[in-house]
Amino acid sequence: MSTTTKRVPRFNGKRNRLARPELLAPAGNLEKLKFAVHYGADAVYIGGQQYGLRSNADNFSFEEMREGVEFAKKYGAKVFVATNIYAHNEDLEGIEQYLKNLQEAGIAAIIAADPIIIETAQRVAPNMEVHLSTQQSVLNWKTVQFWKEEGLPRVVLARETSFEEIQEIKNHVDIEIEAFIHGAMCSSFSGRCVLSNHFTDRDSNRGGCCQSCRWKYDLFLEGAPVNEEGEDPFTMGSKDLCMIEHIPDLIEVGIDSFKIEGRMKSIHYVASVVNAYRQAIDAYFDDPEHYELKQEWLDEINKAANRPLNTGFFLDVPGTEDHIYTAEEKPAPYDFAAVVHDYDESTQFATIEQRSHFTVGQEIEFVGPGGRFFKQTVSELTDLEGNKLDVARHPLQKLRIRTLKPVQPMDIMRKKIK
Amino acid sequence: MSYNPELLATAAHMDELEKLIDAGVTAIVVGEAKFASRLAGQFDLDMIKQATELAHSKKAKLYVSMNNLIDNATVDELPQYIQSIQSFGVDAIVYGDPAVLMAVKEHAPGMKLHWNAEMTSTNYATAEYWARRGATRFVMARELNMEQIVDTKQKSAIEIQVQVHGMTAIYHSKRSLVQSYAEHHQQRDRYAQLQQAAGLYLMENDRPDERFPIFEDEYGTHIMSSDDICMLENMHELLDARVDSFKVEGILKSVEYNVTAVKAYRAVIDAYLADPDNYEFDESQLEPIRELQDPGRELSFGFFFKEQVY
Ligand code: SF4
Repeated sequence: MSTTTKRVPRFNGKRNRLARPELLAPAGNLEKLKFAVHYGADAVYIGGQQYGLRSNADNFSFEEMREGVEFAKKYGAKVFVATNIYAHNEDLEGIEQYLKNLQEAGIAAIIAADPIIIETAQRVAPNMEVHLSTQQSVLNWKTVQFWKEEGLPRVVLARETSFEEIQEIKNHVDIEIEAFIHGAMCSSFSGRCVLSNHFTDRDSNRGGCCQSCRWKYDLFLEGAPVNEEGEDPFTMGSKDLCMIEHIPDLIEVGIDSFKIEGRMKSIHYVASVVNAYRQAIDAYFDDPEHYELKQEWLDEINKAANRPLNTGFFLDVPGTEDHIYTAEEKPAPYDFAAVVHDYDESTQFATIEQRSHFTVGQEIEFVGPGGRFFKQTVSELTDLEGNKLDVARHPLQKLRIRTLKPVQPMDIMRKKIK
Repeated sequence: MSYNPELLATAAHMDELEKLIDAGVTAIVVGEAKFASRLAGQFDLDMIKQATELAHSKKAKLYVSMNNLIDNATVDELPQYIQSIQSFGVDAIVYGDPAVLMAVKEHAPGMKLHWNAEMTSTNYATAEYWARRGATRFVMARELNMEQIVDTKQKSAIEIQVQVHGMTAIYHSKRSLVQSYAEHHQQRDRYAQLQQAAGLYLMENDRPDERFPIFEDEYGTHIMSSDDICMLENMHELLDARVDSFKVEGILKSVEYNVTAVKAYRAVIDAYLADPDNYEFDESQLEPIRELQDPGRELSFGFFFKEQVY
């Protein structure tokens, strides 16, 4: 990845309502929500127990939603709920009550695709905004206009739109535009893939997708495989989207909300990615003239990434380089080792909670919002009673560790995976 | 009003169109790549005009598919295209993007609109929603089961169309996946051959009996089902439910096959309508279809009798 030094603005779109683009992060559960907000998300989107895709994520109860909203409020952040399924007849019962409950829980907006969910929300929960989900695969300004006339303040565009197309949409319609800027992507148009339905009887448009596009296939031409059968297989899997190198363009084209994908992703992933984009956006607004992409931001993202990255459709239609044909998927190079609960300046010991195995002598890093960062090795480690330890074995065990520099609650301690 | 459901088919060219009408369809859908995907063949405006005249002279209806996800560049071309279609007397436009609905309302008011968003037209309330916005027909997603289809028909006033025969679209990407794969293999030269080939299909490693046709056009890559829906023997359930239109999808099939399928459905529908109470399916009506069926492709009930989870 190259570092941009000087740049001439390419786009000139207008932003609606929001002075700075919103940084919108995924949160698969309450704890992830807290980290996303703490690391700089202006809004988070979560799943409730019904009507959302990602039926495998441990979704929020209304009680947890209220707690999440309370927490977010302290940071001035909002909570959205994805109600983005295409409903079947039997799903419709109970939808009114569900939407009312969301409104009562303080949810700022739902993200919906099925027109009947949109219309019902507008009727029964008028204080909650309705944003059009990317599941509608909106590519053009006329369709954006349609949804605006339907009363929607915001549209999430199809991931297939380019910078130029977004610019044109912004020029035609005065509406908030949300766009995915980071994360895994369907290689199909959203909502236009039922591979999982066919392979496993799981309904992808109700959250049952089993990532069949990343399975291995052979391509046959008139009865003969194009490749050696089983070798170098065909897949539809795409690289993950990453637009950290194009923050000025994203801002100048007028995208109102920068969306990060990944309700199934770890705390470490969400915190790292949010942290990087937060810093990049703020750096641009602080001084657009002298904005420079920082290597640290790229590093943050790469430490949490488990797939190769690309720029999706923003610059061009993805080609050969943008697909994953071989097993390029690997665990992220770094892992969450512990979270900081407290720091005692007098002793220079932090109280931490273990999240994965680490040992004395191991190289670790501490990361906090805004780019606070340092490396050290684990030197002194004790339990809460002060007994010396060589290894942190037990998940969620509280420990004390000597740190090289002061740390703060919710700072992340991570380790390199060997 | 007496119940006389429509039998609808796709046509690859004028000759097939005529043969299918003679075989018993009461409506044909055609279109061109600029506005529609997954067509059996290409009909430009002149051909659409001719097709409309031909269909009308044989008392059949002619629909034009505009089922693409529309991009900005195409938005500007919608008004003229739609106006031309209207001037030919085309009976309805099939659409899946609200941009088409907007353009029809502005430039060709009165034109009938069939909402067909493929896999995302999944419930009766959404059918009603599109009816309130001006759609006259709701094309049901192929991933629904019999119960859901019957329930939708009972609960909504809008016309309901159900695909009863042929393959279905299961995946659409804007990416050129075949081309990318050919390049990945450094077989760029082979790509033209690959793209032209009708016989291109995918096989998933654990499912060696299933072949999924794959093809590319200027809007990306399409993957089709490995089975062909065949609801011939269960037509009475759909007829009992008063489904308004039955579609035989003819993409990637020979004219002979499609004509045979249409004849079978025509016979079954006619037999049912003649005496619904005593109608019984005659197994032998399946034979001609079975004879022409590609042995590599299963005749199935699609999702009609499936329970899906999520
Ligand atoms: S199989 Fe792939 S393309 Fe299809 S819905 Fe799932 S992730 Fe998206």
